Amino acid sequence: MLNNFVMPDLYPAAPEIFLLLMSFLVLFVDLVFGATHRWMAAMLTVITLIGCAAITLVTSDGQTTLTFSNMFVDDLLSDFLKLMTYLAVIMMLVYSRQYMADRGLDKGEFYVLVLYATLGMMVMISAANLLTVYLGLELMSLSLYGLVAIDRDNTRATEAAMKYFVLGALASGLLLYGMSMIYGATGSLEIGGIAQALYHGQAEKPVLVLGLVFLVAGIGFKLGLVPFHMWIPDVYHGAPTAVTMFIGSAPKLAAFAMALRLLVYGLFGLAVDWQQMLLIMAVLSIGLGNLAAIAQTNIKRMLAYSAISHMGYMVLGLMSGVVGGQIDPFTAINAYSSALYYTVAYVLMSLGAFGMVLLLSRAGYEAENLEDFKGLNKRSPWFAAVMLVIMFSMAGIPFFIGFFAKFAVLLAAIKAGYTTVAVIAVMFSLIGAFYYLRVVKLMYFDTPVDSAPIKAGMDLRFLLSLNGIAVAAFGLFPDAVMMVCTTTLMRSL
Amino acid sequence: MKTLYLLVPLAPLAGAILAGFFGKLLGRTGSHVVTILGVAISFVLSVLIYQDVQAGHLFNGAVYTWMESGGLKLQVGFLIDPLTVTMMLVVNFVSLMVHVYTIGYMAEDPGYQRFFSYISLFTFSMLMLVMSNNFVQLFFGWEAVGLVSYLLIGFWYTRPTAIYANLKAFLVNRVGDFGFLLGIGLIAAYAGSLDYAEVFAKRNELATLTEAVTGWPLITAVCICLFIGAMGKSAQFPLHVWLPDSMEGPTPISALIHAATMVTAGIFMVSRMSPLFELSDTALSFVIVIGAITTLFMALIAIVQTDIKRVVAYSTLSQLGYMTMALGASAYSVAIFHLMTHAFFKAVLFLGAGSVIIAMHHEQDMRRMGGLRKYLPITYATMLIGAFANAGLPPFAGFFSKDSIIEAVHLAKVPGAGFAYFCALAAVFVGGLYSFRLIFFTFHGKERFREAAHDAHGHDAHHDDHGHHGSAEPHESPKVVTVPLILLSIPAIASGWLIGTMLYGNWFGGAITIADAHKGLATMAHEFHGVLGMMMHGVTTLPFWLAISGAATAWYLYIVRPDLPAVIKKKSGVLATILEEKYGFDRFNDWFFAGGARLIGRGLWKGGDQVLIDGVMVNGSASVIGGTAGLVRLIQSGRIYRYAFSMVFGVLALLTFAWWSVFSRIL
Repeated sequence: MLNNFVMPDLYPAAPEIFLLLMSFLVLFVDLVFGATHRWMAAMLTVITLIGCAAITLVTSDGQTTLTFSNMFVDDLLSDFLKLMTYLAVIMMLVYSRQYMADRGLDKGEFYVLVLYATLGMMVMISAANLLTVYLGLELMSLSLYGLVAIDRDNTRATEAAMKYFVLGALASGLLLYGMSMIYGATGSLEIGGIAQALYHGQAEKPVLVLGLVFLVAGIGFKLGLVPFHMWIPDVYHGAPTAVTMFIGSAPKLAAFAMALRLLVYGLFGLAVDWQQMLLIMAVLSIGLGNLAAIAQTNIKRMLAYSAISHMGYMVLGLMSGVVGGQIDPFTAINAYSSALYYTVAYVLMSLGAFGMVLLLSRAGYEAENLEDFKGLNKRSPWFAAVMLVIMFSMAGIPFFIGFFAKFAVLLAAIKAGYTTVAVIAVMFSLIGAFYYLRVVKLMYFDTPVDSAPIKAGMDLRFLLSLNGIAVAAFGLFPDAVMMVCTTTLMRSL
Repeated sequence: MKTLYLLVPLAPLAGAILAGFFGKLLGRTGSHVVTILGVAISFVLSVLIYQDVQAGHLFNGAVYTWMESGGLKLQVGFLIDPLTVTMMLVVNFVSLMVHVYTIGYMAEDPGYQRFFSYISLFTFSMLMLVMSNNFVQLFFGWEAVGLVSYLLIGFWYTRPTAIYANLKAFLVNRVGDFGFLLGIGLIAAYAGSLDYAEVFAKRNELATLTEAVTGWPLITAVCICLFIGAMGKSAQFPLHVWLPDSMEGPTPISALIHAATMVTAGIFMVSRMSPLFELSDTALSFVIVIGAITTLFMALIAIVQTDIKRVVAYSTLSQLGYMTMALGASAYSVAIFHLMTHAFFKAVLFLGAGSVIIAMHHEQDMRRMGGLRKYLPITYATMLIGAFANAGLPPFAGFFSKDSIIEAVHLAKVPGAGFAYFCALAAVFVGGLYSFRLIFFTFHGKERFREAAHDAHGHDAHHDDHGHHGSAEPHESPKVVTVPLILLSIPAIASGWLIGTMLYGNWFGGAITIADAHKGLATMAHEFHGVLGMMMHGVTTLPFWLAISGAATAWYLYIVRPDLPAVIKKKSGVLATILEEKYGFDRFNDWFFAGGARLIGRGLWKGGDQVLIDGVMVNGSASVIGGTAGLVRLIQSGRIYRYAFSMVFGVLALLTFAWWSVFSRIL
């Protein structure tokens, strides 16, 4: 009955609503000025994201608020992840401005799709209901499919988009199937309700586990874990670099949120089961990612395999929260905040690495092969140093953020008793160091093949430099970010 | 004060950064000005801190915490006590002198700025090492000085011999560092802390534990592991092989790093760890025996060397052996005292040798020198002082420290002390012999350099980019070379006179711990009656006459009967060959370790790289794709099917696994 309709509290969802409204404005502006003033849509998009950040900051009260009939949650975790998402998207937009303009891809669609993908991520981050998770996921994924194919005449890109779409649909199907089974077993779509049902032991175990497997498969696809990783190399390779950078950064935050909301908030009672599944996937991802990356000559493909291995490391933290079926809040928060920290650190490094690829690209030239990094030190010592910092950090060499991130998840794994796994992970990170250090070797010890001057704009140069400095600085003061992660999770769990 | 402490290492670091990254901008003069200024500031501050410490103000605290995890703190912290301050003064003083000297020595070298940057970086690393209050920073400094040493040995990187030498130094040090790291790991595992003070506080607890895997007493395992680190860095037998080869580096480096400071890091570290070493007689016994072997057997090699720098290098090995013996005899303060006097007189000897080398236009073979004292009066005088001190003759600095070591070893009761005492005495004779052989060979006798200049044999190996050749007369070096020599020769004489305060005046306070059972030093304090008294007593003892007879032998062999050495060499046959082959260590290492490593490497390369990675992973996947290149379209549509299949397979595998684990739990 219409009479029963209660106006939901819109306040917690203010950033999402603001973004949605602004996206209409972007569409409109692009319609009117798109042909003559393309920069307006870009500018407006950045302003929108800054506005979202401001709203998120202002409305953040550290309280956990549910709204839209308990479908949407606003807590410290969602605020933190959203802020990181805005930051990643803004950095992506700045990095890719010239690249997209050079290729005539800086059309209104690009900005609108980026905004809708961001909205999808925000919904995923704030999801408190299985349907909200699915809604956000689909909004994000559909926008990303479009973005991969934005360069319509590029066969490689359209092929990648096609693959991404088909496999993504399969993954969505698996996820949805899993959700339906969880609903069947617990009688609730609310994440909180599922947790309650599990706690009281009202659910049937075999059905639950069946649902859990499909859920984990869906999450594995989003994170890009073996054996659900197949799309990653092709999509990273095929998509325009700017889009690759987008897929490789912010969505990881959303996928992390999804994993945390579904597995930890919802199915914590089944932790022993899903930890085992994640363990297998993590070890396979770390192994395959690091080994396959060695054989790559294309840096985008190399970074794709590197992303697979990095997500494997992140999952090490995620699977170490519950030790031997015993729940200890301190251990759990430590483990999950190490995973959160890893995700944030990875996003920062990934943005920097793809930023370097964009820096070296120019109109009609894609600097996407490892060869293009040869002798970079002679062309630009400063950016060679930035790339060095990012590669060292990704390899997990001390005094950079990547080291501390690896250290934190490994420590969590060891504390949870997965010592063998930790040793395997370290061995593979040693193997992985090879392909990161190869880039450094190419930059410093080989003679340049491409001697054209670097033509990137000041905005890209400036932000990329900041990015590199941040990777180094957070490595020197790792406690600052770790503290934020721990506090966030402590107040949101 | 905390800011001052911080400034001590940071001033040379700033100099190193400026000269290293902006060397071209600053120019040659600018580079040496900033680096010398940095070290000078550091030196002046060290003096101030020394006075502060004398006034009783000690410090132990963190200045920056990098991270904290599971109770382990990784931080930068300083421990300022008399031991630290002594090291700071020695390091900074010698470093400052070497900086000045370098202006003259490297004047014509194209790598001028790079060189200054490296030596300032070295000073920074060494200061971080000695000022540390925890094992992590100690290890950082330890590795950093090793790195700079590596860079400097290979400074003339176009010479294959230099590259060989720096690789060798690096690899041998890895062996030591591995032991060191194991020691630190054991401490972290059992003491749960890496802070000196916290570890020392738990030392009695640690003494009762045994190592879980091997069942050895923990404290012995820890001490021996740590000492293996010291053996690498301080070039103790059998890890000594890198030090003589390190002479490939420029001479100022040999003086600063491979004689005065870096190689003494091991001695310093063991002294710092005295609370731990005191708990294990086994470890002390190990230390004293290793020291004894190094002392005697390295001194013997020095007798047959003809390269002026190598003689000094082997003499350094022998002197380091003395310090190690002192450590084994629990006479830590004596070891540090000898470290200090040795730093001065060995720096004199090295820089003097450098001055000779400049005068001879980068000729290092003593057989082509002779009679140089007329041409190089200042160098001659200072080197003579160095030789006297090295031989341990009163009233020069070496006498006081070396005599104290011999006495301490005599009084020591750990197993192996008797052997050590014999080696120490024998090495005194050999020390007198090789020190004066160097002096007589180089500065006295026939002037052999004229004929030598025309003889190209072996010459190429040692000359660098200097353009000079021919038989130009040797001439005294410029002031920037001679002034540091003179300034260093003052403490080479006088620093020994501090013996009263340093050994018997409670100089080190609480920085050094000595167990009651090992208090040989206290006995010595009873017999000590001032500097003059010690000298008067010294001339009546055996070591003095051994040194004198060593010097006399050198005089007889190289001045009176210069034809004799060749005859002796011929007569002694195998013995001479053994010494010239340096007991065959280099050959053995090359054959066994280097050869073995190459064999394993080749195996991995062939098996792992070529077959596994290139063959299976790279070419394997490539050939699959290449073989079906005609069916590209088919493959691409097929591939997405395969991708989907992989996902479905994954789900099935997880499902099987999950159900299996669920049902196995139920059943």
